Amino acid sequence: MKNNNAIIQVDHLSKIYKTEAVETTALSDISFQIDKGEFVAIMGPSGSGKSTLMHILGALDLPTTGTYILDGENVGKLNDDELADIRNRKIGFVFQAYNLLPRTTALKNVMLPMMYAGVSLEDRTVKAEKYLKMVGLGDRMGHTSNQLSGGQQQRVAIARALVMNPSILLADEPTGNIATIQAEEVMAIFQHLNGEGHTIVMITHEPDIAEHAKRIMYIRDGKIQKDGNSHKQRKARRFVS
Amino acid sequence: MDYIQLFWESLGTLTLNKTRTFLAILGIVIGIGSVIALVSLGQATQQSVSSQIESLGANLLTVEPGSTSENGVRGAAGGRTTLTLDDAKAIMSSSQVTTVSRVSPEVSRRTQVTTGGSNTNTQVVGVTPDYAIVHKVTVDSGNFITQRDVDEMAKVAVIGPQVVTDLYGDGADVLGKTLRINGQTLIVTGVTASKGGSGFMNQDDIIYVPLTTAQKVLFGQNYLSSIALEAKSADVMVDAQDQVGYLLLARHNLKDPTQADFSIMSQQDILNMASSTTGMFTSLLAGIAAISLLVGGIGIMNIMLVTVTERTREIGLRKALGAKKKTITTQFLTESIILTFTGGVIGAILGIAASFVISKLTSFPFIISLKAILLAFVVSGGIGIIFGWYPAQRASNLQPIEALRYE
Ligand SMILES: Nc1ncnc2c1ncn2[C@@H]1O[C@H](COP(=O)(O)OP(=O)(O)O)[C@@H](O)[C@H]1O
Ligand SMILES: [Mg+2]
Repeated sequence: MKNNNAIIQVDHLSKIYKTEAVETTALSDISFQIDKGEFVAIMGPSGSGKSTLMHILGALDLPTTGTYILDGENVGKLNDDELADIRNRKIGFVFQAYNLLPRTTALKNVMLPMMYAGVSLEDRTVKAEKYLKMVGLGDRMGHTSNQLSGGQQQRVAIARALVMNPSILLADEPTGNIATIQAEEVMAIFQHLNGEGHTIVMITHEPDIAEHAKRIMYIRDGKIQKDGNSHKQRKARRFVS
Repeated sequence: MDYIQLFWESLGTLTLNKTRTFLAILGIVIGIGSVIALVSLGQATQQSVSSQIESLGANLLTVEPGSTSENGVRGAAGGRTTLTLDDAKAIMSSSQVTTVSRVSPEVSRRTQVTTGGSNTNTQVVGVTPDYAIVHKVTVDSGNFITQRDVDEMAKVAVIGPQVVTDLYGDGADVLGKTLRINGQTLIVTGVTASKGGSGFMNQDDIIYVPLTTAQKVLFGQNYLSSIALEAKSADVMVDAQDQVGYLLLARHNLKDPTQADFSIMSQQDILNMASSTTGMFTSLLAGIAAISLLVGGIGIMNIMLVTVTERTREIGLRKALGAKKKTITTQFLTESIILTFTGGVIGAILGIAASFVISKLTSFPFIISLKAILLAFVVSGGIGIIFGWYPAQRASNLQPIEALRYE
């Protein structure tokens, strides 16, 4: 089952939340692998453990038991600062709520991860401009977050997720807050990126959106219920270049 | 880490909410401002007191009725009647006293003085001619009280320039004019040169009359308010103090110095007393300033804690994007240091402005204490670090998922 192409390797992983007397098993002994170049959608009802999985895959949280190996590094054994470093270099996040810095320009937002990586100001600017053009916002670089529409903000977030050339792009309900047309644009960008070799893991509860992925994983009550290729991968209708 | 970028970012954040930023630094502004103003003022008073006392004469000893307690604070001298003109004459003529060159017996009272049109409340001093030499008083026009005036109990007065202004108007020709004290009419025969000084030390707000006139005609008192002595040189001040002291003890039939019903103080003694008083005053005020700085620091801590809570999502995002603990700590410390340092700079400017205004309103010199300004900057920066530390730690210890979940 294992091969050398694995970028994500999860083995017997569980996550148990302990709050006072109550223990919630959010993920229960799951194992799977995601290869380089895959586009995976994770689906499941509310409370099934999608966000928990996303946090662990994103090195934002650690599993209670089991191992998670990301691009050759055992994430479960790292301290806070090492995790920050992994997130910075290997993971590009796209959140449902965009999570851009308020009152800050698109350009500055995209430059932020590079600042934490110690990239020089010049290189930061050049690269940020390049990725903003790529998501079709070449003419909006000086706009602050609140001057952009939801779809535009999400595209800024995608540019920000890409600038460090991460091993995986992790998206948690990336289209949850935006209009259908713009959601379609975001999917187009994802498919384009995937075509260029980027590995994408996307959480969604909308079947329409999930169908843009190549592989769909269903989870329920913290367990993987179904995992397989999306037979009719949908091509996004519009594309912004 | 790109510290320049961090600095501009922090500055940007702080200028977003100007009112809050201003209120946050107000405590520091007031604290640093008062430290600067108080230290400058303290130094200025000290300097002005010592220069005034020195202008009164360096070899001057003053004998006053009443004893001195250990800490140098004199009891109320008003009711003391232990010094007489005979004491003064004895000091001058005694063979035991070899170190005193001049003796100036003095009677002094604050009283109401009137002319036809105006009146003033001022110090009236009964003197002998030696007063002018002992106290370094010079005359601008006319002449000082003469021995003949004293012998004849003349109804004459020599007045200071402030009195001229108060009674006759600035620059008036006053020789030969009259003034009334306690129902007696006196003729002005001289005006003294300005010596400067202010308030209770004002050497220009004095009226000199012959000693005998003061004692018998104006106030009806036989005793003296003080006897000023001029020592032969600065080196024999202590000897002079001893010689005069033992002579007076003997004359007053007292056995040992602890019973003395008079005190003899040199200018140095007065100077020491004055500077210890102003020094105490300065440190008291500095203590109050320190407390206001502490309160200012707590204000900064409070505002920074609010900021950290408000920006929980932002902190979570920054951590998700790869910010390490140290980076977040540095970011929030930078903000609090910018806050307190700005407060320090504004405070220093206000403090300097305040001491300038005070020096204009009073006759104190305008002194900018470089040491105080430097200290203010170090202290305000330090307050930023100390009181910003805890909020910054709180921020850097936030877990990214908790922070991202925060609404
Ligand atoms: N921080 C937490 N503390 C306690 N329980 C949690 C926490 N986060 C999630 N859970 C619980 O874990 C389960 C999975 O949650 P989550 O991963 O958010 O599901 P989904 O994203 O699929 O809706 C739920 O029962 C939820 O209540
Ligand atoms: Mg969720």
